[in-house]
Amino acid sequence: MLHCKNGRADSLVLEGRVVDPGEGVDAALRVVIENGVITRLEPGGEGRLVLAPAFVDPHVHLRTPGREDEETIASGTAAAAAGGYCAILAMPNTDPVVDSAAVLGSLVEEAREEALVPTGFFAAISKGQQGAELTEMGELADAGAVGFTDDGRPVVSAGLMRRALQYSGITGRLLALHEEEPTLSRGGHMHEGVVSAELGLGGWPALAESVMVERDLALAGYESRPVHVMHVSAAESVDALRHARGAGVVATAEATPHHLCLTDEAVRSLDSNVKMNPPLRSEEHRQALLDAVRDGTVSCIATDHAPHARHEKDAPFEEAPFGVTGLETAFGALHTYLVRPGVLPLETLLERMSAGPARAFGLPVPRIAVGERANIAVLDLEQEWEVREDGFRSRSVNSWLIGSRLQGRVVRTVADGREVFAA
Amino acid sequence: MAEIKLAESSGAPPRGQRRHLLGISDLSRADVERILDTARALASSLDRDVKKLPTLRGRTVVNLFYESSTRTLSSFELAAKRLSADTMSLRSSGSSVDKGESLKDTALTLAAYDPDVIVIRHPAIGAPHLVARLTGAHVVNAGDGKHQHPTQALLDLYTMREAFGRLEGLHVAIVGDVLHSRVTRSLVEALALVGARTTLVGPPTLMPRGIEALGCAVSYEIETIGDADVVYALRMQSERMGPGEAFVPSLREYAARWGITPERLHPGQVVMHPGPMNRGVEIDPRVADSEVALVTTQVRSGLVVRMAVLYDLLTSGPAAVPTAVEASPLEVA
Repeated sequence: MLHCKNGRADSLVLEGRVVDPGEGVDAALRVVIENGVITRLEPGGEGRLVLAPAFVDPHVHLRTPGREDEETIASGTAAAAAGGYCAILAMPNTDPVVDSAAVLGSLVEEAREEALVPTGFFAAISKGQQGAELTEMGELADAGAVGFTDDGRPVVSAGLMRRALQYSGITGRLLALHEEEPTLSRGGHMHEGVVSAELGLGGWPALAESVMVERDLALAGYESRPVHVMHVSAAESVDALRHARGAGVVATAEATPHHLCLTDEAVRSLDSNVKMNPPLRSEEHRQALLDAVRDGTVSCIATDHAPHARHEKDAPFEEAPFGVTGLETAFGALHTYLVRPGVLPLETLLERMSAGPARAFGLPVPRIAVGERANIAVLDLEQEWEVREDGFRSRSVNSWLIGSRLQGRVVRTVADGREVFAA
Repeated sequence: MAEIKLAESSGAPPRGQRRHLLGISDLSRADVERILDTARALASSLDRDVKKLPTLRGRTVVNLFYESSTRTLSSFELAAKRLSADTMSLRSSGSSVDKGESLKDTALTLAAYDPDVIVIRHPAIGAPHLVARLTGAHVVNAGDGKHQHPTQALLDLYTMREAFGRLEGLHVAIVGDVLHSRVTRSLVEALALVGARTTLVGPPTLMPRGIEALGCAVSYEIETIGDADVVYALRMQSERMGPGEAFVPSLREYAARWGITPERLHPGQVVMHPGPMNRGVEIDPRVADSEVALVTTQVRSGLVVRMAVLYDLLTSGPAAVPTAVEASPLEVA
């Protein structure tokens, strides 16, 4: 289900502190890679680097086809490589929408030519993401769709959502859901709360997300089908997930670095690089998300990497599009703002950025073990760096971290047995 | 918590060197009082035969208006002219904005003339902040969407101070469409800054959740205005409501429940309105035309307060403001 350009498999030796939470390993080791496969783990690795299973991002916008000025498969996967990722999944809200085997097939071909890092493609749930008719899910799955989503838009009709749950069962692929009740979020540019009241910006209340999460978990339970809830932002959504999982519903969920690190207070800057959908929420919501990441209710950290042209983000807050980039800064930001202050253990972060999302979507789980294909992110936890506009491999620079100093950086990435990034 | 840092655009001097009036939060109580005092001194100069002052000769003030305006644009234009500044006004219609030019490019074009002040009105929140980042001018927010309209709040304070002789301890009831009102957001903050008390009154659907955080009380009952010194009626902003998006069942029901009528007022109260008025909706015509309505006084206050704001921004801050404004640089031409 993942595609990238062909190339030689590398042979190299990495050394440092191997931290693989899934394998229960935390030891100084030398990792010997021959022809892309880990052949030996020898004691005595030196240096301050951490070797972790490379990351998996289940939520990336590659903007191809249609907005290649913002991102291409080549630039987006180069950004992923620089962020320590060995697999990414691309959203289908492109122009045209990935709702036919023809569009999907051309993307797969392009990925085989251009993708530096293995890339999978979602197809849409509804034709044109219009929320009216199901896509040809059977054919799309045969053509390589990793799952189905109308991301960017909710599936408004409960009836269509139920049918999508029923029908997608024949494909064995997961539905990934953008949860937003549009009549409650309409006109919203930020979280509804004290800050929106003060700024006069239209509010996008937390319950516009959670009422849809509750609806879809109820439908998933009724149809005995698994679902994945994307970019969870609200405490009530987390509660609903916990409750449904307790009742036996198979539901996974993801949270983004920006929702875990920032609150709606950041919007006071009126910087369009803190405008995203769902919006940054208040501190109680952020704390609930952190709890959910700790206890595994949210088992995936996804960047929702959403490149936008500079001229479109260089606009008044209300007129700017939603979305921020994240592939190249995710680890640095989460390490700086959550691991270093002791909010989240390093092992938990590494698990939620790698094994968590891989398991949710049935992808191979990156492991640092003999006999495994090498998928390793080499991390320098001490390195301080400044996020700068001229430092991105992505074609877009709409990062909420421009000008921030971070501590902790990906310095080398091995994906599918090949070195794809070295700082 | 991460600190958000904004990238400085090339060409703009570092922040902190230029003063802007983007919102009331840019001002301290002392700033507000200084501006109101300056306005008062300027008002006396306007009683003279020759009304022009040489104070801002050689300075350039650009008015950039992306929304229709009568009061604000005319008073900024006249304020700049009365202070002898060169002034030009651009409206979005009839300019390159009609050809799809972005705010960024329009701002950079105007910045090429090195204006001292850019006064901007825009329907989108954050537009003045963008212009402040992109240009080297002092930027005055003349209204950005539902966010802020700081000079309106200052002229309202000026009007109240003239009417009551004080601001400290006044009780102001702001009635109506709070949700869409940038005037309210600026005025509530400004009133809190000078020690006055505010109650917001209106239907629950037009009351933003969390607005109490600005330091005001909220009531859905029109009777609450009985307790106020100033009853401030807001315009029902139907143009900011999407098609089919009614926040009240009908204007008729709104007028009956929340309209400012003579019967709902007590002796000693004054009524204010930022204009333009919807007579018969938020304000009964009998009130609008009565002695207690200070609407035209507000317009007159707008001129002197905007003169004071331009003067204040272009002098180098509190230290440079003369205590006796009759003295140079405000001497009569």
